[in-house]
Amino acid sequence: MSTIERDPENRVQVLDEDGNVVGDVPDLDEETLRSIYRDMKLSRHFDERAVSLQRQGRMGTYPPLSGQEGAQIGSAYALADDDWMVPSYREHGAAVVRGLPLKQTLLYWMGYEAGNDVPEDANILPVAVPIASQIPHAAGLAWSWKLQGHDDRAGICYFGDGATSEGDFHEGMNFAGVYDVPMVFFCNNNQWAISVPRERQTAAETLAQKAEAYGFEGVQVDGMDPLAVYKVTQEALEKARDPDTDELRPTMIEAVQYRFGAHTTADDPTVYRDDEEVEEWKAKDPIPRLEAYLRNEGILDDEEVSDIEASVEQQVDEAIDAAESEPRPEPEEMFEHVYAELPPELQAQRDAFLDSVDRHGKDAFLEE
Amino acid sequence: MSETQNLTIVQAVRDGLATEMALDDDVVALGQDIGANGGVFRATQGLQDEFGDQRVVDTPLAESGIIGSAVGLATGGMKPVPEIQFSGFMYPGFDQIVSHMARYRTRSRSRFSLPMVLRAPYGGGIRAPEHHSDSKEAFYAHEAGLKVVIPSTPHDTKGLLISAIRDPDPVVFLEPKLIYRAFRGEVPEEDYEVPIGEAATRREGEDVSVFTYGAMTRPTLEAAENLAEEAGIDAEVIDLRTVSPLDREAIVESFKKTGRAVVVHEAPKSGGLGGEITSLIQEEALIYQEAPVKRVTGFDVPVPLYAMEDYYLPNAARVEDGIREAVEF
Repeated sequence: MSTIERDPENRVQVLDEDGNVVGDVPDLDEETLRSIYRDMKLSRHFDERAVSLQRQGRMGTYPPLSGQEGAQIGSAYALADDDWMVPSYREHGAAVVRGLPLKQTLLYWMGYEAGNDVPEDANILPVAVPIASQIPHAAGLAWSWKLQGHDDRAGICYFGDGATSEGDFHEGMNFAGVYDVPMVFFCNNNQWAISVPRERQTAAETLAQKAEAYGFEGVQVDGMDPLAVYKVTQEALEKARDPDTDELRPTMIEAVQYRFGAHTTADDPTVYRDDEEVEEWKAKDPIPRLEAYLRNEGILDDEEVSDIEASVEQQVDEAIDAAESEPRPEPEEMFEHVYAELPPELQAQRDAFLDSVDRHGKDAFLEE
Repeated sequence: MSETQNLTIVQAVRDGLATEMALDDDVVALGQDIGANGGVFRATQGLQDEFGDQRVVDTPLAESGIIGSAVGLATGGMKPVPEIQFSGFMYPGFDQIVSHMARYRTRSRSRFSLPMVLRAPYGGGIRAPEHHSDSKEAFYAHEAGLKVVIPSTPHDTKGLLISAIRDPDPVVFLEPKLIYRAFRGEVPEEDYEVPIGEAATRREGEDVSVFTYGAMTRPTLEAAENLAEEAGIDAEVIDLRTVSPLDREAIVESFKKTGRAVVVHEAPKSGGLGGEITSLIQEEALIYQEAPVKRVTGFDVPVPLYAMEDYYLPNAARVEDGIREAVEF
């Protein structure tokens, strides 16, 4: 039986909370394991700095990911180069793995349209802010590969526990099943949809079991166990590409995890959840868990850990410097990228506005 | 000379789709009941036999799913043509239309454009149940990133639909179902484009400009003919054909010639295209203005059930009153 063919309540785990091996370790070389660890550390450090930038007024509202590094990095490592990622708005860590520079993520949350410039070879759809609305896109994207004969391509679509309450979750998953498309639906169940707990999103025992309603498999994984997440995602992607005759291509993965911080920097989680709960989940932190395993295996030592920490800090520093050095966009950029060709009325609006900017100077429009 | 066929509007929809699907393998049609059933109005009749069930796809009953998966198909390089069975059922997919279909180019800095055409029969007058008669083109015209096309002749229907499918930007293509089968017109068999964003002058006139589109073009032309005969009023009738982007030049030029304007649409008056056209005239041609712009429209009420529907829809009599008021001011 494959890892994903199991009762959705039977959660997949490879490492326990202390990093001891309790399941089948996926076949990954030492370099990749170190790299997974490094990207998790990078995501955590980036996240801490981003929250701090927001607190200092150097960045706008930002959705933190701390606690979710195991799910993000573990799953993204399972993707092949030609695969695609369909994110929500919290997948900063997974996006880095796919080749999105940290600077872009910073710019986006600093309010720069240029943050949306995704390198051509980073196969990532744009950030989707409305909840669950990217799920039908993911179904359609994967459907396009079938229609075009890209038989070897697959994708992963990320969303949270709250998304499973939306109509678009149902509609997208249903389309994916009906058209049997090579897409893995990856639910980051971080327990809280802003202030509403998972138990108030659904009366279902698990979120993974919802997949059954659409005719394909659902599997629950310990989302704070990066190796378990990798293993499950890798098998789901393999099935998406090459299913057995009696199985459908899609899978829904419910990665059970916790968001350590706020939903966004505009949110105060102390209002709705207990410190005790947060502490319980912090004990399951994916980073020390993987670190303990790698140290036990002799793949990491003190020196390497401190080298990684130093290089991660430097990488984030550089990204922040680069983002903060980005020139303020010119006002005409507002009118770009709305249509392939600027319609006459929009051209007239732009020209009139630019005249006005010329007359008054840009500073007259800017509130610092 | 190319061969022509004598087609209704709904047949021209089918012909436009079939013509472009034959030319471009990336075009896929999807929607509820569009396959074997050929669509509830038969706009896709026989297309599944012609192009197979991978390109003419019966979907689950799910408007957001249809529009949202079409967004995904377009990001993957296809040119999807989703059909919503009635425009009054577009609301469950509204979020996909305004949050994604309209904004994908902006959000992705033009890495992705969505060459998709969202088709739906729209408007009243066919004795349909509640929600089947809505005329909410202003919602979509208000949304940056979308183009909104409403044909009124078989020839335009095919040419505009082909233009819409070839357009790199997403188009909401609203088909006036009242006149789906009301008359026939000559439609070339070959592929051709009618440009999006260009109005058509249906009747030249000197005394007053009447701006309309879709199913209201017919009662407007009828009113213009009646007034020419009975009152010697020479009305110019402009069929906008595209409500976003509007052919502002055509509107302003016609108004400068006549100095008087009437806007006719079946959508509710408040917040409708009539207000937009009136403002445009104020902004661009005030000194030519001889009379207030008159709006002959549906009312700010839900389209009534069919026993009262005829009172709701502008007809030639109401259009004539509107034109007389503009001329006799």
